[in-house]
Amino acid sequence: MLRVSVVKRREGFKLRAQLEAPTPGVVALFGRSGCGKTTLVNIISGLLEPDEGRVELDGLRLTDTRERIRVPVERRRIGYVFQDARLFPHLSVLANLRYGERRAPREVRTIGLDEVLALLGLEPLLKRRTHQLSGGERQRVALGRALLSQPRLLLLDEPLAALDAARREEVLPYLETLRDRLSIPMVFVSHQLDEILRLATHVALMEAGEILTCGSLSEISLQAEFRAIVGPEGVGAVLDGRVTRVDAARAMADVELGRGTLHVNIAGARVGGRMRIQLLARDIILATEPPRGLSVRNALEGTITELADELGQAVLVKIDIGAGAAVLARVTRSAREELGLRVGLPVWVLVKAVSARGHAYPAGMPAERPET
Amino acid sequence: MLSLTPAELDALRLSLEIALRSVAFSLPLAVLIAYLLARSRFPGTLALDALVHLPLVLPPVAVGYLLLVSLDSRSAAGRWLLAHFGIELPFTTGGAALATAVMTFPLMVRAIRLALESVDRGLEAAARTLGAGPLDRFFSITLPLMLPGILAGLLTAFSAGLGQFGAVITFASNVPGVTRTLPLALYTAIQEPGGEAAALRLAVLSIALGLLGLVLAELLARRVYRLLGR
Repeated sequence: MLRVSVVKRREGFKLRAQLEAPTPGVVALFGRSGCGKTTLVNIISGLLEPDEGRVELDGLRLTDTRERIRVPVERRRIGYVFQDARLFPHLSVLANLRYGERRAPREVRTIGLDEVLALLGLEPLLKRRTHQLSGGERQRVALGRALLSQPRLLLLDEPLAALDAARREEVLPYLETLRDRLSIPMVFVSHQLDEILRLATHVALMEAGEILTCGSLSEISLQAEFRAIVGPEGVGAVLDGRVTRVDAARAMADVELGRGTLHVNIAGARVGGRMRIQLLARDIILATEPPRGLSVRNALEGTITELADELGQAVLVKIDIGAGAAVLARVTRSAREELGLRVGLPVWVLVKAVSARGHAYPAGMPAERPET
Repeated sequence: MLSLTPAELDALRLSLEIALRSVAFSLPLAVLIAYLLARSRFPGTLALDALVHLPLVLPPVAVGYLLLVSLDSRSAAGRWLLAHFGIELPFTTGGAALATAVMTFPLMVRAIRLALESVDRGLEAAARTLGAGPLDRFFSITLPLMLPGILAGLLTAFSAGLGQFGAVITFASNVPGVTRTLPLALYTAIQEPGGEAAALRLAVLSIALGLLGLVLAELLARRVYRLLGR
């Protein structure tokens, strides 16, 4: 468990953050730029000292201002991957990778050079000098360097922000591999929703120096604070489900969601594995009767639990689809009146198989477990 | 014309030796002072900065005189050095090296300080997260990244050290074979009737040495920058 409760004042800015995150797991700090994400990460790493508060990792107190505990950065064993990689320019790629490994206590070494080279595909880069690397390669080396320092926790401060879309795609799969293959807990800073969809097991929503809410992405995606940050186009429920059937040739998969099953057009799924799906509110159609004669492949039964007016003529409808899962749908005010939508009304949620965005995960992923 | 007399060769050898000894002595101290000036925030920084730069603005003769007053055999420091280490500075080659070191110290500190200020603190922070303590960080990250500046400071101070005159002649006098460096020999040649040819030879030699130093500095800097990948 990572427990953080800190206050840090700076000119014109105040951070008041409380965070509890299970370890191992990937916690995403999500929020607009300037909301204090990097400050919080720096406090966890020890590079920045809070004015007040505590940082505790798996029962180990790293910072406690009241008891004057402050474990120096170099003895925390917290890996940090910076936005700008920060490779040492006077050292080769190999020497960069070895820098942290050589300084880690022998008895805690669990991951070796060969394993890191294989995990991150670094073998071909070893002989190069750091300035001969592309942005994506630099971040992979920085990741490997942090991993080899045998960290208890890995902090990633927008490691993909400086990369263009193609380079991001080059690094993201490696981050997924690390999450699935190693049990190192990670705190991941991002303001890109798609990165969080792919990587995070938990999300902490930050705004103006405060953590508004923290939980699984499915829970957070339904909350108003999240909707405010992602904007109207990004509003939509995120659901996690088990894959029950796969048609690899057509890239189709069946995923259990709530009481029903969703057919989606997402590649890479495996029967028994998990899948995370985002259903954008604007892509969802509601029906008050069982639909017939439509090309839409999916109709999930549910009950309306909430109706919220949005800006303009839109209404956001929350529908409980059973087993604790819910989806969000956006309809117009006139549709709400004509259909007589109200809390408690049974409805059918229609989803086009191609409109579901999502990612498949191996069965062993430390996926979202219910909060305890 | 470039067949030098034994006395002139002596002067050349002495100039090189004194400049070398002066930079060897002042380098570690210059790195330390540059570090204090660039990184520490203690209130005496301004005074220290002024003190270090004083030789740049004082008449060199005054610097030599101050050294003489504070280090000759009648002064407390001079007696202590002689009694404990057998070191006698005034009128010796070592004394000339010390006077040279004091005069060229600001040049070296300046170059090293600039180099230190250009080192990305973010890299040091990264080294910290990778488990490197303060000294370890300094020697594995900061110092190697400062190398171009240190080399530049070293060569500048060395080249300037070859030509020190006022402070050297005042503190260490003009003893042939002991403290008579190129500029002192040049000065002596000018004073002597019929010394024009010798003076010209020594002047040309000084120019050649200076040029060589500058070219070497540039080549070294390029090489180091390539190593650092900039």
